[in-house]
Amino acid sequence: MDSNKITITINDQQYKVDPGQTVMQAADKCGYRIPRLCYHPKLSIEGACRVCIVQIEGVRNYVASCAYPVADGMKIYTNTKELRRARRDIVELLLDNHPMDCHTCDRDGNCELQRLAYSMGIRQRHFEGERKHYEKDLSSTSVIRDPDKCILCGRCVRMCSEIQGVHCLTQAHRGFNTVVMPAYNLPFAESVCTACGQCINVCPTASFVEKNYTQDLFEKLNDPDLITVAQVAPSVRAAIGEGFGLPPGRNMEGQIAATLRHMGFNYVFDTQFSADLTIMEEASEFLERVQSKGPLPLITSCSSAWMKYMEQFYPDLIENISTAKSPMSMASAMIKTYFAEKIKVDPKKILSVAFMCCTAKKYEAARPELEVRGMRTTDIVITTRELVWMAKSAGIDFVNIKPEKFDEPLGLSSGAGAIFGVTGGVMEAAIRTAYELYTGETLIDIELNDIRGFKGVKEAKVMLDGQELRLAVAHGLGNAHQVLEMVRKDRSRFHFVEVMGCPGGCIGGGGQPYPLVNSIPLDEECLKLRAQALYGLDREKTIRRSHENPDVQRLYREFLGRPLSEKSHELLHTHYKAKLPRGIVSPELKIV
Amino acid sequence: MATTQANDAVAPDEQKLAQLKEFIAQTRQDEHPDSFLIAVLHRAQELYGYLPVPVMDEVAEAMGIPTAHIWGVATFYHYFNLTPPGQHVISICLGTACYVRGAGQILQTLKDELKIDVGQVTEDGLFSLQPARCLGACGLAPVVMIDDKIHGDLTPKKMVQILNQYRKQAKK
Repeated sequence: MDSNKITITINDQQYKVDPGQTVMQAADKCGYRIPRLCYHPKLSIEGACRVCIVQIEGVRNYVASCAYPVADGMKIYTNTKELRRARRDIVELLLDNHPMDCHTCDRDGNCELQRLAYSMGIRQRHFEGERKHYEKDLSSTSVIRDPDKCILCGRCVRMCSEIQGVHCLTQAHRGFNTVVMPAYNLPFAESVCTACGQCINVCPTASFVEKNYTQDLFEKLNDPDLITVAQVAPSVRAAIGEGFGLPPGRNMEGQIAATLRHMGFNYVFDTQFSADLTIMEEASEFLERVQSKGPLPLITSCSSAWMKYMEQFYPDLIENISTAKSPMSMASAMIKTYFAEKIKVDPKKILSVAFMCCTAKKYEAARPELEVRGMRTTDIVITTRELVWMAKSAGIDFVNIKPEKFDEPLGLSSGAGAIFGVTGGVMEAAIRTAYELYTGETLIDIELNDIRGFKGVKEAKVMLDGQELRLAVAHGLGNAHQVLEMVRKDRSRFHFVEVMGCPGGCIGGGGQPYPLVNSIPLDEECLKLRAQALYGLDREKTIRRSHENPDVQRLYREFLGRPLSEKSHELLHTHYKAKLPRGIVSPELKIV
Repeated sequence: MATTQANDAVAPDEQKLAQLKEFIAQTRQDEHPDSFLIAVLHRAQELYGYLPVPVMDEVAEAMGIPTAHIWGVATFYHYFNLTPPGQHVISICLGTACYVRGAGQILQTLKDELKIDVGQVTEDGLFSLQPARCLGACGLAPVVMIDDKIHGDLTPKKMVQILNQYRKQAKK
C-alpha cells in the first residue's frame, strides 16, 4: 500500500511520506509546523526570509525547508538548540530594521511578525543598526504603503503578479536599499494598482493597510444634522465574526445591524437588496443583448478592482461590460433619490456609508462616473476590518448583542442577493432571474453546481428556450485574464462571463479580517466556510430569486418603472473608459 | 531616505526608438525572448545615454513585460542610469592600485570642483561622475576615464587642468 512512500526521520522519529514534496510540506503532515514567514502555499517559493531553516544530516548548512525537497532516508532536525538560536537571530535581525512601534501600529495584535517574534522567544533587542526610513504612500483612495514596516518577504509582489496578474509591485533597488514599490516609484494612485487590497491580505506586517476612514465616520455619526444611512455587503456578515475570534463561516447579519444602530446609524440597509436590483437590471440587459444580438459575451461589472483592471488592461472589451452599477452604488443611488424622497429629506443631508469586504470600493465610491444628479452617492466606505475595530472602539458587545433586522425599504433580500459574495454567485443569481423572465417558466434546479467552488475558471452551459448559453466564471484577476484571453480570441465562445477581482469572490476581499492565529491569509478552508455561510443564507430563504423580492417589485412600481427604463438608466447604469497607465498582460500567467 | 523617482516623461527620439524596436524584434526570434531584457536595456542606454521612462514603457509594450518588472531590473544594476548623464561622463577608478596612488584625493578634487557627488550631474549638465573598479590601466594609476579617453598619472592639479580643457572646449 505504501510502496510509493519514502521514509524520512524528523527529530529521530520515522515517518512514511510522499516523495516530490518539500521538507516543510512533509513536516506539516507529520504534525510539525516549522516557523515560516515568506512562504505562502498559493505563491511561488521565494526562500528569502530563512525563518523556516532546518538541519539535515550530511548537509553542511541549514536549509530553507520551504524550498528543499524530501528524499528517502533523509534525517531532518527542526528543533535543535543551534537551530532555535539561528532562527531567533534571523527574526531579531528582521526586527532590527523594523520600527519599534508595535503598540501604536495598525496591526498590533494581528501581526505575523509580532507573533513570530513572540514564538521565537525574543524578549529583548540585541542588535541596533541603521534603520531605513521612507515616506508613506498615501496617494491611493484605498491602500497605504509604508516601506518602513516592510520586511521584504515579497508576498505582496508575488500576490500582485502571480495571483492577480496586475504586476503593480516590484522590489526595486538592492540590498539594504531594497524597497517594494510600483514601477518608476509612482504613487499608487498613478500606477496600475487596481486597489484590490490583496497585498494587505498577504502582508505579514502593516506595510500595506487600507486607507482608514473610521475617525471621519465617528465624527459624522455625532453630527445631529446628518441622516446616517448604512448598507452592508453580503460577505461582511460571513467573515466579521473572525475579527472577534469566532470561527469562520458564521452569518452575523443580525449582530451587524444591531451594532450599527448602537453606533448611531439612523437606517441600516442591506446591500443584498440592491444585489437583487443589480440582477434585475443585469439579467434584463443580458436578455436584451441575446435577443437583439448586442455585444456578447456580457461581462459582469460589480467588482470595483475588476473594473479598474479592465479599463487599464482590457479596454477593448468595454462594450462587453455590463452597464449596470455595482450593488453598492445602486443602493447608494437609491438612498439619495428614492429613499430621500420617501422620508422627505434633502439628499445632501444624507450620509451614505457602505460596509464592504473590499478596499477597491473606496476607489469606486470616489469615481465621478457614478455620481447621480451631481452628487457623490457613497460618502464613506468602511471595510470589514475597520468595522471590527469600530465596534471594539465604540464599546459594543458584538458577539453577544441581540440580533436585529435590516430596515425597509432597502433591507429585504432574496437568496440570490446573498450569494453575490461568492465566486459564481452573480452568474447563478442572474441565471435564476433571466431564465424565468425569458421563458416565463419556473427554473426547478436553481443551484448551479458547475459554477460553484474555487476552481480558478469555471464553465457551464444552460438551455434557455432551446438556445444553449455558455457561461464562464473567473475569480482573482489572474484567472480573469485567462477567460478574457479566450474572449479576445473568440467573442462567440461565451454568452455571459462573471469576473470577481479577488480570490474566492468578495468573501476573499481585500478588506476582510486578518487571519486567525492558527490560519493563513486566504486559507481555502476559511473561504469555503465563508461561502457556506452565504449559501446557507440562500437556502434558508423562502424567496431565492431576485425578481420575487417584494421590495424590489415595489421599488419598480413606485419609482423606477421597469428594468432598463429611462430612470433606471439615469440612476443605475454607467459607462467606463480606457485608463492610463496601460497595463501589460504578462504571457506567463497560469491558472491557480 | 530618498529613492529614485521616475525621470521626465519626454517623448523619446523616434529614430533611436526605431533602432531599439528593431533590436527587440530580433530577440523575439529566440526561444526565450524574455531573457533578453537586460540586453535590450543595455541597447536602450547605448542609444539614449540613460533609461527614460517612455523608453521603458516602449520596451514593456514590445516585450510584453510589465513595467514594474523592468523597473526592478533597471534599479537593481548600477550600470543603468535613470537620469540623463552629463555631456561628458567621468569614471574615476577606485580600484586598489589607483586608490593606493591617491584616487581618494582625485575623487575629492572632482567633488569639490564639480560640486556634485558620485552618481550626480553638474548643474550645467557638462559632467557626470561615476565610480569604476578597475579600468585596466594600473600602470598609469591613478586614472580617470572621461567618455572613452583615459587620463593617467593624475594629481589634483592635473585633474583640474583637464576639467578646464573640457570646459573651454564646451564654450567654443
